[in-house]
Amino acid sequence: MGSTISSIPFAGTPEQEKKLRAVIDSHKNEKGCLMPILQQAQEIYGYLPIEVQKIIAAETGYPLEKIYGVVTFYAQFALNPKGQYKISVCLGTACYVKGSGDIYNKLIEKLGIEGGGCTSDGKFSLEACRCIGACGLAPVLTVNDDVYGRLTVDDIDDILAKYN
Amino acid sequence: MKSLEELNAIRDKMKDHVEIRRESSDAAGKYQVLVCGGTGCTSSGSAKIIEKLNEEIEKNGIKDKVEVIKTGCFGLCALGPIMIVYPEGAFYSMVKEEEIPEIVREHLAGGHVDTKYLYKETVTENGIKSLNETNFYKKQHRVALRNCGVINPENIDEYIGTDGYQALAKVIKEMTPEQVIQTILDSGLRGRGGGGFPTGMKWKLARNIVPDADQKYVCCNADEGDPGAFMDRSVLEGDPHVVLEAMAIAGYAIGANQGYIYVRAEYPIAIHRLEIAIGQAREYGILGKGIFGTDFDFDIELRLGAGAFVCGEETALMTSIEGNRGEPRPRPPFPAEKGLYGKPTILNNVETYANVPRIILNGAEWFASMGTEKSKGTKVFALGGKINNTGLVEVPMGTTLREVVEEIGGGIPNGKKFKAAQTGGPSGGCIPAQHFDVPIDYDNLIAIGSMMGSGGLIVMDEDNCMVDIAKFFLEFTVDESCGKCTPCRVGTKRLLEILDKITKGQGTMEDIDKMEELCYYIKANSLCGLGQTAPNPVLSTLKFFRDEYIAHVQDKRCPAGVCKKLLSFEIDPDKCKGCTACARVCPGGAIEGSVKTPHVINKDKCLKCGACIEKCKFGAISKK
Repeated sequence: MGSTISSIPFAGTPEQEKKLRAVIDSHKNEKGCLMPILQQAQEIYGYLPIEVQKIIAAETGYPLEKIYGVVTFYAQFALNPKGQYKISVCLGTACYVKGSGDIYNKLIEKLGIEGGGCTSDGKFSLEACRCIGACGLAPVLTVNDDVYGRLTVDDIDDILAKYN
Repeated sequence: MKSLEELNAIRDKMKDHVEIRRESSDAAGKYQVLVCGGTGCTSSGSAKIIEKLNEEIEKNGIKDKVEVIKTGCFGLCALGPIMIVYPEGAFYSMVKEEEIPEIVREHLAGGHVDTKYLYKETVTENGIKSLNETNFYKKQHRVALRNCGVINPENIDEYIGTDGYQALAKVIKEMTPEQVIQTILDSGLRGRGGGGFPTGMKWKLARNIVPDADQKYVCCNADEGDPGAFMDRSVLEGDPHVVLEAMAIAGYAIGANQGYIYVRAEYPIAIHRLEIAIGQAREYGILGKGIFGTDFDFDIELRLGAGAFVCGEETALMTSIEGNRGEPRPRPPFPAEKGLYGKPTILNNVETYANVPRIILNGAEWFASMGTEKSKGTKVFALGGKINNTGLVEVPMGTTLREVVEEIGGGIPNGKKFKAAQTGGPSGGCIPAQHFDVPIDYDNLIAIGSMMGSGGLIVMDEDNCMVDIAKFFLEFTVDESCGKCTPCRVGTKRLLEILDKITKGQGTMEDIDKMEELCYYIKANSLCGLGQTAPNPVLSTLKFFRDEYIAHVQDKRCPAGVCKKLLSFEIDPDKCKGCTACARVCPGGAIEGSVKTPHVINKDKCLKCGACIEKCKFGAISKK
């Protein structure tokens, strides 16, 4: 579970806020609207800082603690911004038995960050994920929307170099 | 569209166009190039293949003779990107962009099938053989997957061309809700999501238990959370309309007019195709008000998950749709009585639904004629791990593990020995070689301490450590436990700590006993399925691979050479050339020796990181 206040100062723009309010307006009266609103809010801001949660609370009438409860429950909601390049290593079973754990550890070593962290220049963030469903290509990692499959630890340097 | 006649007109128009893809033939006609657009092939670049194909087809001026169709998953993900050309049924595997110009020129424009780029197994002396005769497909029987890799999932007309929405028309025009439920009951269909509860029974309860309910719901569980399972995703990507049709049938049967599909946000392609499918079905009037001119209304909405494994549990899933933390609640009341928003609700998973329209059209007897006594029909498995043909297979219930692994899966790569197959994901267990010939069905798997689960089947070879695998699954459940009940939240954590101790060589024999006791305690006392099944990976590995646990505890040794803390690294002096590469890469400075003389590892300093093995060009370093 993350901390309430993000370590990086909130830098939302008025345009983002306008978009967010439009999203809230279009869903507000639906049953079970909180999840779709949070999902779209995360698309707008890239993460869900407490400032955004407060806007949603004020507009929907849900108490902030309920919203915070939902945000911290689901793995896909982030309280901290992600890196410019999100590296996600699949630790699903098929990838794991083919050595994705070694690949994950190698990235931790190379990037000097823990899983869930972001490099200090904001370039790379690293996380483990559970099965993206490309088991035929195991082991697999993704960098933003690019998928790299049939990996060995030796491929890591080349992949990182592409984004440096 | 409002009438059945219009539906039939589209079917008749599309039928030949689609059916040609089921059996290859020599009939001349327009070429159809089917390219897999499932997640596996998309990841290996099938979008670029399609782009290149269109470009080359344009260049060769054969645009009116060739149609390129993006389909769902063919199943043989290991060979992606996959492309198949009809009428011949020529199967191109691992297609590369640079091969496309030649294929288009020779095959599509020239009419000569060049066997050079075809999947080797389909090439014979006299030409090519059908994909259905290859080892991978021969033993398969496709019911749930029958349209996957055959139709364009983004075109409702192609689905209608395969008798799509005829089952829905049949139930609302010709059958009473009771007859529909009786048909599903008679077919013996059981839930494909894990538990194996009879589907017809679920529908019957939801129809009758609250007679005066003002609102009921039909939900689809597409929150396929088992790591290593991708059956449901492939159905949604390859044949989304079958799920919509089945949900509408279920709605008619139980008396509901609203459906929700709860799908994982990690499946962007599936979500995209579902959105398209729902839009097309609404446009055709197949979803919405007054379907086929009757007074039956039914509509479906999508709800996206946000990465919580526990939301695959039925009560948690409904809580999540309502916009809350996805925590389960005690049952009873069961969802058939009090489900979504407190109303009677049924929840079936994607594969279960994919069987329903065929059962309605072909009859309950047809379905019940497949499978074993208590498990009817077929089951889709996602084959993964240490196996040659990774991918998606659908076999009749009762097929043995040996047939699946050795014949369909093509065996274990690199001549390694089969050790176990894991089914049921974090809720299931490992099936060792001694049960290789057990016919796979719900009851047999439970009898040998595993479970069907949703259908992930991960093969492990001699290089996989079973203690490490148990630990892997426990890490998963500890991560995913929602924290609501103590046995699961605290129990799984303690279990993981003991496993961790054992893999580090600090375990005692009492730890093994304690662990076993704790497993039974967690199983008996947890609130939901997640906790009740979380200890299964530990119990089943303890049952079949106890000697590995004992080796870790008593001999401080990991027989498979996985648990790093227990490994010892050695340099073979006969093979070592003294190149110093290992000594330079060693982060702990544990390797000693001078140039051109054999080096030695100082075991006190060795961090067991394995960097030296990776670096050694002479294979002189081994781990034990």
